[in-house]
Amino acid sequence: MTQPDAGNETNARGKKASGHDYAVTVRDLTRMFGEFVAVDNVSFDVKRGEIFGFLGANGAGKTTTIKMLTGLLRPTSGTGTVDGLDISNDRRAIKSRIGYMSQRFSLYDDLKVEENLFFFGGVYGMDRDSVEARVSELDDMLSLSGLENRMTASLPPGHKQRLALACAILHRPPVLFLDEPTGGVDPVARRYFWDLISTIASDGTTVFVTTHYMDEAEYCHRLSIMHAGRIVEVDSPARIKEKHGMTSIQDVFIKLVDG
Amino acid sequence: MINSRFFPLMRKEFIHIARDRRSLLILFLMPVLMMFVFGYAINMDVKHIRMGICDLSRTPTSRALIEAVSASPYFDVTVRYEDPRLTGELFRRREIRAAVIIPREFARDLGASGVARIGVITDGTDANTATLAQNYLEGLFLERSLSAGGVEFPVRIKSRILYNPDMESSHFVVPGIVALLLIMIGALLTSVTIVREKETGTLEQILVSPIRGYEVVLGKALPYLVLAFGIAVFIIIFGCLWFHVPMLGSWSWLTLFCIIYLFTSLAIGLMISTLVSTQQVAMMLALVATLLPSVMLSGFIFPVASMPAPLRVVSRIVPATYFLEIIRGIMLKGNGPAELWRPVLAMIAVGLLFTVMAIRRFRLKL
Ligand SMILES: Nc1ncnc2c1ncn2[C@@H]1O[C@H](COP(=O)(O)OP(=O)(O)OP(=O)(O)O)[C@@H](O)[C@H]1O
Ligand SMILES: [Mg+2]
Repeated sequence: MTQPDAGNETNARGKKASGHDYAVTVRDLTRMFGEFVAVDNVSFDVKRGEIFGFLGANGAGKTTTIKMLTGLLRPTSGTGTVDGLDISNDRRAIKSRIGYMSQRFSLYDDLKVEENLFFFGGVYGMDRDSVEARVSELDDMLSLSGLENRMTASLPPGHKQRLALACAILHRPPVLFLDEPTGGVDPVARRYFWDLISTIASDGTTVFVTTHYMDEAEYCHRLSIMHAGRIVEVDSPARIKEKHGMTSIQDVFIKLVDG
Repeated sequence: MINSRFFPLMRKEFIHIARDRRSLLILFLMPVLMMFVFGYAINMDVKHIRMGICDLSRTPTSRALIEAVSASPYFDVTVRYEDPRLTGELFRRREIRAAVIIPREFARDLGASGVARIGVITDGTDANTATLAQNYLEGLFLERSLSAGGVEFPVRIKSRILYNPDMESSHFVVPGIVALLLIMIGALLTSVTIVREKETGTLEQILVSPIRGYEVVLGKALPYLVLAFGIAVFIIIFGCLWFHVPMLGSWSWLTLFCIIYLFTSLAIGLMISTLVSTQQVAMMLALVATLLPSVMLSGFIFPVASMPAPLRVVSRIVPATYFLEIIRGIMLKGNGPAELWRPVLAMIAVGLLFTVMAIRRFRLKL
């Protein structure tokens, strides 16, 4: 699989043979909508294999940042890389190396579960056999088997969320972007979902995840707290609490956002 | 060019179409309904047209002519008057919708030279009725003069129509409805399907994948092209069977030109999808942007030749203008590419213009 001279090839788990350490780097990234600055001069790095949390209130600029990294929006200024590729110049190359689950985990309600899987695998160039193989490989984790012929609309939210995650990782992306993946599901399903994220990350996938649930922040290896378009803190949850002398991320968050 | 990513998209789109039975039913029933409304409204109107007759000649010949007109089921002679200057007033008061004026010299001219003139005036505010009335009268007089034994047509009819319409009967209307519906359905389907994915967020999900913009566009458009084509075949066959619209030309040419026309409508739909963000607005815009110009400016109801100059210019970029000429030419006159190359080229040009504009805008939005 790994050939010595294939310097730029990415293997299944996304560690580039050239061996850079960062899955995502961002420098002075800014996005304006007219006069309004949605993302204001943001800089941060995400290490490979890390669960990187993006914590922020509504309208903080989380989604806008993710959209710039995934090539859905162009930055107004600033630079960034994803899996070593430039977000402004290598948008196409980036697309096959990332998975993305948008804020409203978007599936086709009028398609069956397996039809959604075949479709999303298909747009990444996977044929039905490789989708099926991959799904059975993922099944321990996602427990969707037996539901293949169910209409997606009829699934409970927790299952839909897992299906959306499955659709986003079928093609084994080295970097996975999850935008508020736990919105609208019950606490048990949320807990279960974060276990999934940990499993995915322990396999070497970098997970970039946004949330506004404070308790979820604790699952992240590192956390950035975003407020009004700016990043006000980046560090591991433990270090952040220590630095601010507080016992919960929620307290730190309130202090940072109010102060 | 086209890789394997494109087919899952098309497949998915076909599933959407097949599962949405209600929309599918509406898509096939609406054209039938429209065809009944348009086709019959025009057919029913043409009988019992109220007519005024002003006979200044007052000769046995003129009376015979009047008798023939009165006997026709198409006309009810409701007013007889002496003064031709009253004609305008009668029309204004809506007492009559057609008038025949037989001049004083009628019998004399007919006797002297074998040729005489009569005046026929019709109410052009109802353009269809006006033309129909005119055609019936011409036919009637022609028949009379032939049965009178003359080889030459002895009565010269001097007609005047206030607005010059293009249509004669449902044979003109049915192809017109085909033109109208196809552009509407194509634009509607494409814009709604793309905007729906905007609304649900799945479009984003597709756009972060390596699939290319044109693959998305084609993958979405082609299934609807097939559907719209199916509807086209359905309406044309229905029109032929129910309204006995003749099909004098070649089906293959009609098919080809239909497909070109449908591409244009898909391009319009694509364009609309880049302008709006909800399905309702997309639907409204698609209806207004296609139906309005296609009904008003294409020659479907008002002939292009009688439009004011600025509207004539606009009518040149209305795809239905050309398709109407093409489909009427093929079905009713048996025309082929030899006669129709001008509107065909023009339609292709307009189609390409829309397609290029739409794809550029779509790219811009990505
Ligand atoms: N296309 C747009 N045009 C104008 N303003 C926008 C646009 N997209 C986002 N914004 C604004 O930018 C700000 C940041 O939005 P963003 O969606 O990134 O926030 P968020 O942190 O994801 O919030 P949420 O938790 O609600 O998802 C908001 O004030 C939003 O109104
Ligand atoms: Mg958001």
